[in-house]
Amino acid sequence: MAAKPKLWYFPGRGRMESIRWLLAAAGVEFEEEFLETREQYEKLQKDGRLLFGQVPLVEIDGMMLTQTRAILSYLAAKYNLYGKDLKETVRINMYADGTQDLMGMIMMAAFKPPEEKEENIALIVTKAKTRYFPVFEKILKEHGEDFLVGNKFSWADVQLLEAILMVEELNASVLSDFPLLKAFKARISNIPTMKKFLQPGSQRKPPADSHYVDLVRRVLQF
Amino acid sequence: MAGKPRLHYMNARLRMEPVRWLLAAAGVEFEEQILESREDMEKLINDGSLMFQQVPMVEIDGMKLAQTRAILNYIAAKYNLYGKDIKERALIDMYSEGIADLNEMILRLPIFPPDEQDAKITQIRERTTNRYFPAFEKVLKSHGQHYLVGNRLSKADIHLVEVIYYVEEIDPSLLTNFPLLKALKTRISNLPPVKKFLQPGSQRKPPIDAKTLEEARKIFKI
Repeated sequence: MAAKPKLWYFPGRGRMESIRWLLAAAGVEFEEEFLETREQYEKLQKDGRLLFGQVPLVEIDGMMLTQTRAILSYLAAKYNLYGKDLKETVRINMYADGTQDLMGMIMMAAFKPPEEKEENIALIVTKAKTRYFPVFEKILKEHGEDFLVGNKFSWADVQLLEAILMVEELNASVLSDFPLLKAFKARISNIPTMKKFLQPGSQRKPPADSHYVDLVRRVLQF
Repeated sequence: MAGKPRLHYMNARLRMEPVRWLLAAAGVEFEEQILESREDMEKLINDGSLMFQQVPMVEIDGMKLAQTRAILNYIAAKYNLYGKDIKERALIDMYSEGIADLNEMILRLPIFPPDEQDAKITQIRERTTNRYFPAFEKVLKSHGQHYLVGNRLSKADIHLVEVIYYVEEIDPSLLTNFPLLKALKTRISNLPPVKKFLQPGSQRKPPIDAKTLEEARKIFKI
């Protein structure tokens, strides 16, 4: 029996959260080792498991995979969440890359000075409402299907749900002009594996707080 | 007969150059729609041609593809530069992402003011010498093959050789202690389609100059 995938990262969302979501969506149990000190991080670097000296690191199928997108693409393909052909895969990639850009903004915002916080949040919400959410609302409207690509649950749906929930944490009414996204959110949240991941006690991580930011700064020394 | 792929971007390397390299290496002829002004950019946005209102955008096989990674992965898969299975693809992705991180540092360099240039160049040197070049030298040493993955040309080789050229533009001596990377660069450069692309008069773009940087600031509003 194959060992469970193992994740190495800080005890928070950061760049690992999308990976946790995708594994959870696929119904795959995984283990986590949390980096909390500089010493642990340096040991991991010296061990030679980090190709470019960076985390996220996922040990899966005998490979030590780093680079978030490489890990996500592998998981999507392995668990049949990557479309049925190249044309579907490229659409999933485009949508996933777009939502990653949006979530990346949120991730970076946690590390900016506190006095810039409100301005950053406003910018993120504006981008969500003018650049990203309209695209997905339109896609759902045009084909009238339950999922973004190929009438089948894919990585793109998982990412979009993750992004929607993250933006809602910043502004609860952000979906007010997007009825199809509201329905999408409810629908995807009710998929059994997603429902389970959204419950308290799952491996889903909370939003970054000052404690998390301090920890990451300490471990990565910046 | 399908039309040639059509690339929409300004007349500069920036984020489109890896796409030009990859198409060229695959022996695929392509056309370019050059953005010369903010008006050109706004026309594309208002056309609805840009999924997230951004370029690069590539018209290929009846699609308007956005997001550089999605574009590159589509081209690689279509032209068999993406390994033979998902495990090889994971390695190719991991290597490509690392190379993209180094390329990002280099392409951003001109944006920084003169008094920050030295520090940024030092950082590029340091990362090249201590993080990226050693990683790839080690990969090549570990299997002794002519290409990074699966004993076969892949997008990872093309992207790496491209960035080696950029590093050499900053300082040729940075390649000194990496004989296998030197050999890879020579080998890839001698592949007929790459050799052709490296010659004057090809669609390869020169390093950015002050005039083009100013143009980029206007077109992309940065």
